[in-house]
Amino acid sequence: MDKIWVIMRKEWAEVFKNRFVLFTVAFLPLILVALPLILLQITGSSGDVSGLSATDMPARFSELCGEMSEGECAQYFLVSQFMLLFMLMPLAIPVTIASYSIVGEKTTRTLEPVLATPVTTLELLAGKALAAAIPGVSVTWLGFVVFAFGAQLIATSPAVVARLTDPLWLMAIFVVGPLLAIASVSVAVMISSRVNDPRVAEQLSMLVILPLLAAFFGQIAGFFFINERLILWMAVALVLIDTGLLAFATQLFQRETILTRWK
Amino acid sequence: MIETQNLTKRFGDILAVDRLTLKVEAGEVFGFLGPNGAGKTTTIRMLTALISPTSGDAAVLGCEIGREDGQIRRQVGILTESPGLYDGLSAERNLEFFARLYEVEDIAEQVERYLRMLGLWDRRAEAAGTFSKGMRQKLAIARALLHEPQVLFLDEPTSALDPEAAHMVREFIASLKQEGRTIFLCTHNLDEADRLCDRIAVFNTRLLALDTPTDLRRQLYQRTVVFHLSQVEPRFVELVRGLPFIRTAMETEGKLLVALDDPERDNPTIVRTLVEAGAEVQFVGELRRSLEDIYLKLIKEEHQG
Ligand SMILES: Nc1ncnc2c1ncn2[C@@H]1O[C@H](COP(=O)(O)OP(=O)(O)O)[C@@H](O)[C@H]1O
Ligand SMILES: [Mg+2]
Repeated sequence: MDKIWVIMRKEWAEVFKNRFVLFTVAFLPLILVALPLILLQITGSSGDVSGLSATDMPARFSELCGEMSEGECAQYFLVSQFMLLFMLMPLAIPVTIASYSIVGEKTTRTLEPVLATPVTTLELLAGKALAAAIPGVSVTWLGFVVFAFGAQLIATSPAVVARLTDPLWLMAIFVVGPLLAIASVSVAVMISSRVNDPRVAEQLSMLVILPLLAAFFGQIAGFFFINERLILWMAVALVLIDTGLLAFATQLFQRETILTRWK
Repeated sequence: MIETQNLTKRFGDILAVDRLTLKVEAGEVFGFLGPNGAGKTTTIRMLTALISPTSGDAAVLGCEIGREDGQIRRQVGILTESPGLYDGLSAERNLEFFARLYEVEDIAEQVERYLRMLGLWDRRAEAAGTFSKGMRQKLAIARALLHEPQVLFLDEPTSALDPEAAHMVREFIASLKQEGRTIFLCTHNLDEADRLCDRIAVFNTRLLALDTPTDLRRQLYQRTVVFHLSQVEPRFVELVRGLPFIRTAMETEGKLLVALDDPERDNPTIVRTLVEAGAEVQFVGELRRSLEDIYLKLIKEEHQG
């Protein structure tokens, strides 16, 4: 445990010296928190929401609105698009950190002296994975808390605010978020084992956001809507996917494999 | 301290180390000499429990590789082929990190001790990335020593350095020898092996020779005298070969080549014998083979064999 923490601290000391990593970790949450709040502000104050009538919304979305007025429903619809985008944080931030931390060490050949110490490969992998996942998850959580408070201040309708912090969102942020972070770290480990440029590793690993983007556009286009049940299924599926990915990443992250097969 | 028995490593079709059997005594500086691609790094990696052998056994400090790897890693130090430092971190931070991984008790003290010993203390707060190659190598050596290993593996410690830095590093290795540590020194530099090592193994996938530098030198420096004759007749060769102190005699490129141990004492006899047999001696000279020639010959024979 001790050594995992030692490794995590070293990763952070190193990786956050990289401007690009710092930028991703800071900029992404800023944008993703600011945009929905601005949207709430605009739609809430100008009364334009009524202009965005039920006809502009995918028909089935109204079902989700329950007792909300049409305006509130429209506002909820707009802002709820961001819930999926919030999930970009636990995906993109760990991918960036892990790519730089693993490919970086691979190219500077610092892994060999580390592997020569009594550290176990599992400790090393855990240290690196947690160093990548924790900032991603905590930034997501922090971002959501800021968003929730901001919404409270800005939104005119308490019904909308209530919906934005209901179990659906909470589960998405606090359960699905970390699960996504684990998946993205595992993918980054796998890609990093094959690639020698951290930027390439990062870009390739970013493919993990494709399913998310598909979901995002699917929702906008009205193919389906994120509801409690869907989130629950997502969580279950992710637990399975994570288990597989983690097992594979652990398999790849062995002393001999790293030294002789990672090219 | 280190014992191997038929240690072998294959990478797919490539045989990197072939049935290596050797024994390194405590307190010895053991030279592992071989050209690039000989399998030196592979051997070190097996002995430091980084990769596992395809077959054969080895034990370091009485711990068997493959069985007591944790124990081995705890007790040996390794200077890897490339220094592998965290360029963004300070010299001190680099060492601290490794001291923690090596479970060093008194981290601050050990880090300071080795930073001072290698002359890096004043620059401890500077990022390793700003260091010269020589300083980086010194920092990497400090890292290998933090946990006071009894056995130290050095993989080509001077090969990437300029002569001055290489000299400093060699001096330091010599001082480590004074402390009684066992050192396994990989190098492709003969001179370095000659100067630092108690024994030298010449290695190219297989073990080709293993001896003290003095004995190796005796073999390597076996002296050869060249006789330029106006005409080298076979009977001259036979005649010389018949002399008791001659090791070998042969004709090459119109010259008579004679190997013997003490030319100063025996050359006059050879000249007299030749002249009496009717040979016209034009020049007598010594063919001095450098260590390098012999070493290269060993390696070449290996390839042909
Ligand atoms: N991971 C690997 N995969 C395939 N071949 C390897 C690997 N590592 C080393 N080799 C091969 O094994 C041989 C010995 O390499 P190495 O131990 O690095 O030699 P040295 O350190 O003496 O220069 C070389 O032919 C090299 O190409
Ligand atoms: Mg080598």
